[in-house]
Amino acid sequence: MDSIIKFNNVTFEYESEENTSKVLENFSLEIERGTFNVILGHNGSGKSTLAKLTNGLIKAKSGEVLVNGMSTMDEEKEIDIKRTVGLVFQNPDNQIVSSIVEEDVAFGPENLGLSPEESRERVDNALKATEMYEFRDKPTHKLSGGQKQRVAIAGIIAMEPECIVLDEPTAMLDPRGRKEVLNTILKLNKEKNITIILITHFMEEAENAHRVIVMNDGKVTADGKPCQVFAQTDVIKEAGLDLPQTTDLLSKLKEKGFSVSGGIISADECVKEVSKLLDLEEI
Amino acid sequence: MLKDITFGQYFPSNSVVHKLDARVKLVLLVLQIVTIFICKNFVSLGIIALFTLVVLFFTKIPIKLYFKSIKVIIPIIIFTAILNVFYIKTGVVLLSFWKITIWSDGITKAIFMAARVLILILISSVLTYTTTPNDLTDGIERLLKPLKFIGLGQAVHTMSMMMTIALRFIPTLIEETDKIMSAQKARGADLESGGIVQKVKALLPILIPLLISSVRRAYELAEAMECRCYNGGKGRIRMKRLKMALKDYISVLLCVVVLGFIIVANNLF
Ligand SMILES: Nc1ncnc2c1ncn2[C@@H]1O[C@H](COP(=O)(O)OP(=O)(O)OP(=O)(O)O)[C@@H](O)[C@H]1O
Ligand SMILES: [Mg+2]
Repeated sequence: MDSIIKFNNVTFEYESEENTSKVLENFSLEIERGTFNVILGHNGSGKSTLAKLTNGLIKAKSGEVLVNGMSTMDEEKEIDIKRTVGLVFQNPDNQIVSSIVEEDVAFGPENLGLSPEESRERVDNALKATEMYEFRDKPTHKLSGGQKQRVAIAGIIAMEPECIVLDEPTAMLDPRGRKEVLNTILKLNKEKNITIILITHFMEEAENAHRVIVMNDGKVTADGKPCQVFAQTDVIKEAGLDLPQTTDLLSKLKEKGFSVSGGIISADECVKEVSKLLDLEEI
Repeated sequence: MLKDITFGQYFPSNSVVHKLDARVKLVLLVLQIVTIFICKNFVSLGIIALFTLVVLFFTKIPIKLYFKSIKVIIPIIIFTAILNVFYIKTGVVLLSFWKITIWSDGITKAIFMAARVLILILISSVLTYTTTPNDLTDGIERLLKPLKFIGLGQAVHTMSMMMTIALRFIPTLIEETDKIMSAQKARGADLESGGIVQKVKALLPILIPLLISSVRRAYELAEAMECRCYNGGKGRIRMKRLKMALKDYISVLLCVVVLGFIIVANNLF
């Protein structure tokens, strides 16, 4: 496996007086280049901690995190690692540095010391990739939540990372904004072959993933293709997550003794399964 | 009401004023302020007022947005005008009743001062309305560049970064204040009535959540900036280059000519 990010026996805890329990303990994980990965887990299961470890924003207490073979502990590689792995956070308002869309997107390239021409080109490309080009000279505070989040994503893309980690990027958005952002992410993965790690609460967003990872109290409790993971209904429930409605319906049918295949998420396939059942009944 | 604050905001347009070099606009603003303050009589004030109106017209920004910037400041203007009316006791007595006498010079002075402040605010809004915050802070940073020779290079950059972020967060914080106020009102908080002490007390439940959320915002913004390779501005190259063009020189010339007219008018009338 050609992995872009590798966690080797990582242990991490936040230093505070009352709470010294480890968030991650002997945690290992590999992310394959070019794939779309979704991480699911309930509140406090360590997802944000994981995200911040991937580009060295926080450092492992023991073990190591490797990005393209570079350790996040290596201070000389700090910039290279941040150029390789970009982070997008939950609240778009707190990630936008500048009042004008294109000036904000230019922030990363400017910091990298790129020539004005190259910065310009990257900013334009990033804005086109997130479909925000027509808003380039607009004030950022007048955008909708979904548009703001796409500006934040464009700001990361302008640094041309190989991998983008998104920590609940849709949590504060309305259904429409959520769809816009998700489509943007999917497109970046398909067209630009950027590795995606999407941390989310919304099961439906896992539908198109290559790989779904379920976290519970700092451990991976399920890992695999979406259909494999969602077939393990007990593990999902134990992790404090709600099954997608489609999966839930089919698993309940299965419990009742109907023969349906598990792990289906998309509504279309669910309809197919159910109509198969109905056809059988008619005979 | 808070939404009316337009201070420090930018309104995009393709006007010639928008396209002027930010450094030129900054220097010209200083020049204009000086010009406004050396005006001695209504003729010179009239010239500068006319010039300001022409500039406003050229920005292609709706006049009502400029009125918004004035609206907030009007109580202060009225207050100083009233003080002027009562405290100046020269000229002819216009009106005298009870213990109050109003002198002609008081009225003239009050009108003169009010007009001056109005023009000042209008011309200052032109700068922020037509210049993107980045250009503005970039312009300040470049104008102050010579300070690096006395070891203040980093300080200048830090200050301009702080300004960028402050301008960026003004609308966000205004919006948040509005939200918190509505939330507190919904819980029965009374923000309007009562004496000054009660009013200040009523503000606490608004200021404290605002402060806490600002600290959290600052923390998250710092992380996001770090993710975008910000390291205190070392080796940073700006995407937009500020460049002087013919229109910049022409506008400098125009302002100097206006200054000349004012000096002449000051001495003639
Ligand atoms: N800065 C911090 N200081 C101390 N403890 C923290 C800090 N940040 C997180 N924690 C604790 O670490 C644990 C994991 O937190 P983390 O933010 O990684 O969870 P999460 O899966 O992202 O949760 P959520 O879904 O709420 O975002 C939690 O128990 C949390 O209380
Ligand atoms: Mg989190």
